[in-house]
Amino acid sequence: MTSTATRSSARAGETRTAGTMLGKLLPRRNPWRHAWFLEGFTWLYLIWSLLPVALAVLFSFNNGRSQSVWQGFSWRWYYQDPVNSVLHNPDLHAAVVQTLRLSVYVTLITVPLGVAFALGINRWRGPVASSFNFVMILSFVIPELIFGVAMFFVFTRLFTTVGLGSLAEVLALVTWNVSWPALIVQARLVTIGRHYEEAAADLGATPWQVTYRVMMRLLTPAIFASAVLVFSGVIDDFVLVDLLSSNSSNTPMSVYIYSQQRGGNGGPALNALGTIMLVMSFVVAIIGYIGYRWLTRGERGSRLEALTTIAGSEG
Amino acid sequence: MTGPSRGPGQHRLFWAALAAPGIIWLALLFIVPFYAILAIAGGQLDLFGNPVAVWNPLHWSSANFTGAWHDVAGASAFVGPILLRTVLYVALASLISLLIAYPAAYFVARFAGRRKALFLILLIAPFWISYMMRMLAWIDLLQTSGYVNKVLSSLHLISQPVDWLGGMWITVVLGLVYGYIPYLILVLYAGLDRIDQALIEAGRDLGLGRVRTFLRVTLPMSRQPILTGMLITVLPMLGDYFTNQLLSGTTGTAMFGNVIDDQLTSSGGVLAGQGAVFSLLFLLVLIAPMIYYVVATNRSSRGAT
Repeated sequence: MTSTATRSSARAGETRTAGTMLGKLLPRRNPWRHAWFLEGFTWLYLIWSLLPVALAVLFSFNNGRSQSVWQGFSWRWYYQDPVNSVLHNPDLHAAVVQTLRLSVYVTLITVPLGVAFALGINRWRGPVASSFNFVMILSFVIPELIFGVAMFFVFTRLFTTVGLGSLAEVLALVTWNVSWPALIVQARLVTIGRHYEEAAADLGATPWQVTYRVMMRLLTPAIFASAVLVFSGVIDDFVLVDLLSSNSSNTPMSVYIYSQQRGGNGGPALNALGTIMLVMSFVVAIIGYIGYRWLTRGERGSRLEALTTIAGSEG
Repeated sequence: MTGPSRGPGQHRLFWAALAAPGIIWLALLFIVPFYAILAIAGGQLDLFGNPVAVWNPLHWSSANFTGAWHDVAGASAFVGPILLRTVLYVALASLISLLIAYPAAYFVARFAGRRKALFLILLIAPFWISYMMRMLAWIDLLQTSGYVNKVLSSLHLISQPVDWLGGMWITVVLGLVYGYIPYLILVLYAGLDRIDQALIEAGRDLGLGRVRTFLRVTLPMSRQPILTGMLITVLPMLGDYFTNQLLSGTTGTAMFGNVIDDQLTSSGGVLAGQGAVFSLLFLLVLIAPMIYYVVATNRSSRGAT
């Protein structure tokens, strides 16, 4: 980043003197000059990508039904309206609660399950371990619709005691998200190497002590990052919960917005609901970023790395 | 893999026990469910035409497969045009995505300098905004009285408001682009950022201009990120059924995902068997790119460490 900038300005002189046939013919232009066109293009993309959402957030505070005419600021669609606000409409209210419940339950189950799986699979070599590792990676790339169909059938035809509803949603979301901790912890295990483990074992630690006292400490940032990703992934999830929800008491926010909005305008209370989702995700993201930076303090690695890790890309 | 393997014997049991809950979970809730799709697809129809799951593969019938085939090619076929439309929409949407995403990712990876963190935050922001919220935002803008029509008519580009949400294919395609482009951009950024600056400098020092350095050095080296990025956007686009429901809602823009979704939820269960067949076919088509993706990301992550 900054090193690139200084390196390129130092190089600029050399390249200019290098002089090629083409360079002599064309007017001399600094080959490392700033890419203004690309920068403009990038800003246009960012505006296109973020402005619509900013407007939708703005109009959730509109003191009126319109989504395009500003009628003054109000909290009407959040709690003031006695009928249609998120606080007072029972369905809207239930959607917020359901999303939060799912996120908490799924994170609490998924993270320990995935971390134990990653540790076990990584150390226990063999055909069973490697084939289930492949199954786990498959669950990461399979299109969500196909997985959702499989889940729909298994809960309506085979495990009929589960049926559709909150339990089915939790079970499906855990399966869908378990690859996050599993993949991130495995990646971290590769970076850590085996030295600490072997040192501890040489000093007489049992595998359990090695895992609990050494590995868990070293894996904390990875575990934390995967918890953040799972939690926010569940907030945003749509396909699975859409296929597996059965009534308004187990319909989370994403499905509620979809069912109200499809085929028409669902009104500004939906914008308020979407804004609440957005704020929830952003709070999780900020906690995730700060927490990850704190946990990896003293390690080599930059802010950028923390950013991409929290976004789920080991970039 | 590397290093001496110590204390195999009894320690293996410990690691196996640690992995066991995850293995059992995946077996029961990932492998069995896919067998359930097979059992429904190969199942029989009862007296009322409802699909019944058959768990013994020896008793599987082709009733649902015939039904599905009639949907694709029979007299009342409706799936054929939908398949074609899905492929066209997804091809167009992913091409547009690439044309937008590559320059932006290229800029942030190469030229953002010390503002890289700012750009990265803005590129990542859509990840933290729910897909439904992002679609909701466009529904607000695209209404007949919305801002898109207001801006276009104030520029005198249109004389009367356009009904963008009334089943226009362009709305659906751009909706897909808008929905999935953040994933593509981040993959491209990660790949482009990994290209060694020294190689680009070498190209320059050897007298290549900016454009030719890009064509000869950067572009060939970004083939892998482009491929994985396209996969990561095309796979979910193919299974998307909600974007066109939200942005158009008419059968004229229905995609393959809608066929499966309708057969599962709207038909009251009668067509669930054919939904299972279509899911299987869908899986069959996608299994090769999926495995390619797994292998490619494995290889690149091993190369990076």
